[in-house]
Amino acid sequence: MKKYYLGIDLGSTTSKAVIINEQDEIVGRGITNTRANYKVAADIARDEAEYDARFNLLQRKIGEDVTKPEFKKYMQDLRSVFQYGQFRRRMESLERMLNKTVEEFKYENKAAILVKLKEIIETIRPQIQHGFINEDLGSKNQFFRDIVSEKYNVEVEAKGKEYYEPLMLAFDKSITPIENEMVHYNFKELVLEAMKILDEKYKGLADEQEDGSKEDWYYAQLNAVKDNYKNVEFTLRDHIEDIANEEIHVAKMVGTGYGRALLPFPEDCIKSEILCHAYGAHAIFPNTRTVLDIGGQDTKAIQVDSHGLVTSFHMNDRCAAGCGRYLGYIADEFGLSLNELGPEANRATKETTICSTCTVFAGAEVKELLHNGEERPNILAGLHKAIVQRAMSLIARSGGVRNEFTFTGGVARNEAVLKYVKQMVTDSYGDITMNIHTDSIFMGALGGAMFARRNISADLPTAKEKAKQEN
Amino acid sequence: MSQEAQKEKSMILQKEMIEGLFNNLDHAKELGKKVCYTFVPGNLSELIRTFDMLPVYPEINALQSAMRKKSGGYIKEAEKNAHSEDVCTYVKCDVGMMMKGNIGPTGTKIPEPDVLLLSYTGCFTFMKWFETLKREYPNAKVIMVHTPYQENAKMTPQMVEYMVKQFKEEVIPQMEAVTGIKYDEAKLQRMLALSKESEDWITKIFDTTKHRPSPIDAYFAGVYYIGPINIGFRGTQEAVDYYKELYSEIQERIRLGLGPITPEGEMKEEKYRLVVEGPPNWTSFREFWKIFYDMGAVIVASSYTKVGGVYDMGWRHDPSRPLESLAEYCMNCYTNLNIPQRIDLLSKCITDYDADGYITNSIKSCNSFSAGQLGMMREIEDRLEVPVGFIESDLVDPRYFSYSNIKNRLESYFQMLAQRKMMEKENV
Repeated sequence: MKKYYLGIDLGSTTSKAVIINEQDEIVGRGITNTRANYKVAADIARDEAEYDARFNLLQRKIGEDVTKPEFKKYMQDLRSVFQYGQFRRRMESLERMLNKTVEEFKYENKAAILVKLKEIIETIRPQIQHGFINEDLGSKNQFFRDIVSEKYNVEVEAKGKEYYEPLMLAFDKSITPIENEMVHYNFKELVLEAMKILDEKYKGLADEQEDGSKEDWYYAQLNAVKDNYKNVEFTLRDHIEDIANEEIHVAKMVGTGYGRALLPFPEDCIKSEILCHAYGAHAIFPNTRTVLDIGGQDTKAIQVDSHGLVTSFHMNDRCAAGCGRYLGYIADEFGLSLNELGPEANRATKETTICSTCTVFAGAEVKELLHNGEERPNILAGLHKAIVQRAMSLIARSGGVRNEFTFTGGVARNEAVLKYVKQMVTDSYGDITMNIHTDSIFMGALGGAMFARRNISADLPTAKEKAKQEN
Repeated sequence: MSQEAQKEKSMILQKEMIEGLFNNLDHAKELGKKVCYTFVPGNLSELIRTFDMLPVYPEINALQSAMRKKSGGYIKEAEKNAHSEDVCTYVKCDVGMMMKGNIGPTGTKIPEPDVLLLSYTGCFTFMKWFETLKREYPNAKVIMVHTPYQENAKMTPQMVEYMVKQFKEEVIPQMEAVTGIKYDEAKLQRMLALSKESEDWITKIFDTTKHRPSPIDAYFAGVYYIGPINIGFRGTQEAVDYYKELYSEIQERIRLGLGPITPEGEMKEEKYRLVVEGPPNWTSFREFWKIFYDMGAVIVASSYTKVGGVYDMGWRHDPSRPLESLAEYCMNCYTNLNIPQRIDLLSKCITDYDADGYITNSIKSCNSFSAGQLGMMREIEDRLEVPVGFIESDLVDPRYFSYSNIKNRLESYFQMLAQRKMMEKENV
């Protein structure tokens, strides 16, 4: 039986899971923003990583054909619609919960609120379905809460003032329990359901004419699929049974991250996130000597040796300004989603100076600046710059950037942060190779999985015993 | 005699000494003794005793208040009276304690000072501290000695002469005036001979960490060991007896191959040997210590146990040069060493005691320790290729000890050491 190794990184904002094989290759990765219960978060992230692993195994089974445009497009759509299948089930739970919550309200106009709620649900349900099936919503790395709340909020605004408060309250009360609900999906059932939906989609698209309203690549991909989708379906059906039944046998796992101590893992399966991030970053970029990890509430500057082992590290103390949560707070202040922050900041024509080193005070400063007519992108640029300046101070304290530099953690996904990191590292340390991986957020989980494969923690007592015997 | 009984004997001796001192302080008036407030670094205990005065160490009272969970309230009291959040928390704790009636660690009232003796000026805060106390105790005599910093890594004859001049012209005449006792150099010399003896013993005690397992923890238990020598008993037969007893107890531990004693019993397995720079946190002293012993980490040397005097390099009080050696003593306390000297000293500890790692506990409100700590750490890391760790806490303000943050960093640090050790074994 093939052996796999699992790394779970329980962060303060998101939980990540990575599954690797015996060659240290990543076979699956999963992420969730569930955080109320770390056990559930770990399970959800692990399930997500397993689904991802099955898709990747499926792609491998298909062999060379997978590089053909029709397979590429089909697989991309399949993943998106698969995600929609999961999403739809969670959405149904949310709908029930919303109704239940409003039923318990004591508002006089409760009946009218329920009507409005129904209208909203009826409006956003097809919007979300359309987004996943026809508009690539699945590839945008957004969580259930982000997608639903964005659409829900728009509709609530349109329902008038008297419904605003109860409808928002209903959402706030309902979303967290639904997010934290552990739902096991049947992979095969969901894939077949997705294929059925895609079959319908492509059938309908077969008659679509090129009218020049979309990019050329869209028509190229579409044409490839609509002529060949039956062939792709046929090939996939051959393997789905096998893939769905394949046991992903996790031989060992390691938990890391902020919530690691709360994991129901044996002590030897829990590792510091500092070691894991460094190990993961080093595995992907072996020449890395300095790692910067900006997570939800920790920023870590880590120095590693040629084996990927940590030689020293420095973390923010006492204050989490400059971490991911700071961005979350700022996003709330501006009424933006986290994903919109970076692009908005990059539209700046100048960087407004933000004096405050405290997240809450920075919020007050932002209000003042907006009041004085400062442009939103300029303020955001200033805030992003401030975060990076804090990180640079930590890097300096940890010994500076000595050689190749790798940036990991969720914040590395933010393009404005990335821009300032590149700029400031170059300014302070010269022309240094800088690595930023698209999977930067998974580096801690990857490191954990690699430790699990090496069985390092479990080996320790044995090594100690050996040393004793030698003496 | 059993091990436990031996352990208790030195502890009982220490307890008796401290209780005796506080008892005398409580009855200072009846005993006709004058009271001298002074600080541990560069303390002139023998000179104070020559004039038959009783010493009070405000920073020791502050750390003891913290261990008895009283410092938080005292600090709030001081802050209510306009002491800023950034002021050294020893100061605020002491000022707060004074405002709340000046009840000392043993529950008895600490008498007002007759003398405020500042014999180490390397810590600027000490000066401001006594300025504050002077306002509260206008009748106290303030005696200040300027202690030159070892900028060029040495004590020159001119520096010694400069300090001796201050002793002769300022300190001694004023002490004579306050106490009405004439300066008796022969008495001082007798005490200095005993000081030298205590210093020999304490050096031997801290040198026992060369053994594996180390029989003592030179930081968490070390702070208790330095008690008598730092709080006025240096120069007494009691201190010599205490250290002799302690040394023999440790010898017995070595003979039996035992590790250090912790609050939860004996440390079973020594996994990591560390050198620590910086004072400990006092408010959560036990929790802080526990993180280390739970991980099998023993501290084989620490800079903090040298605040009251550095004896590792062979320096001793010398009865044949009484005032000169007091001058040298003041200039030779740890925080009066320049940064390269501190690096050399800590490097020697790491090498001599075969440490696996070096940790800095940085105290933001303590400039004497914190200035240069990061640079020292980098230099030591480069020089010895030893894994280094950095944590931050406070002396006696409970608000600045974040257990989970410190534990998280230390856990990471220990895992880093574990990895290193494993790699080293694989490469052998």
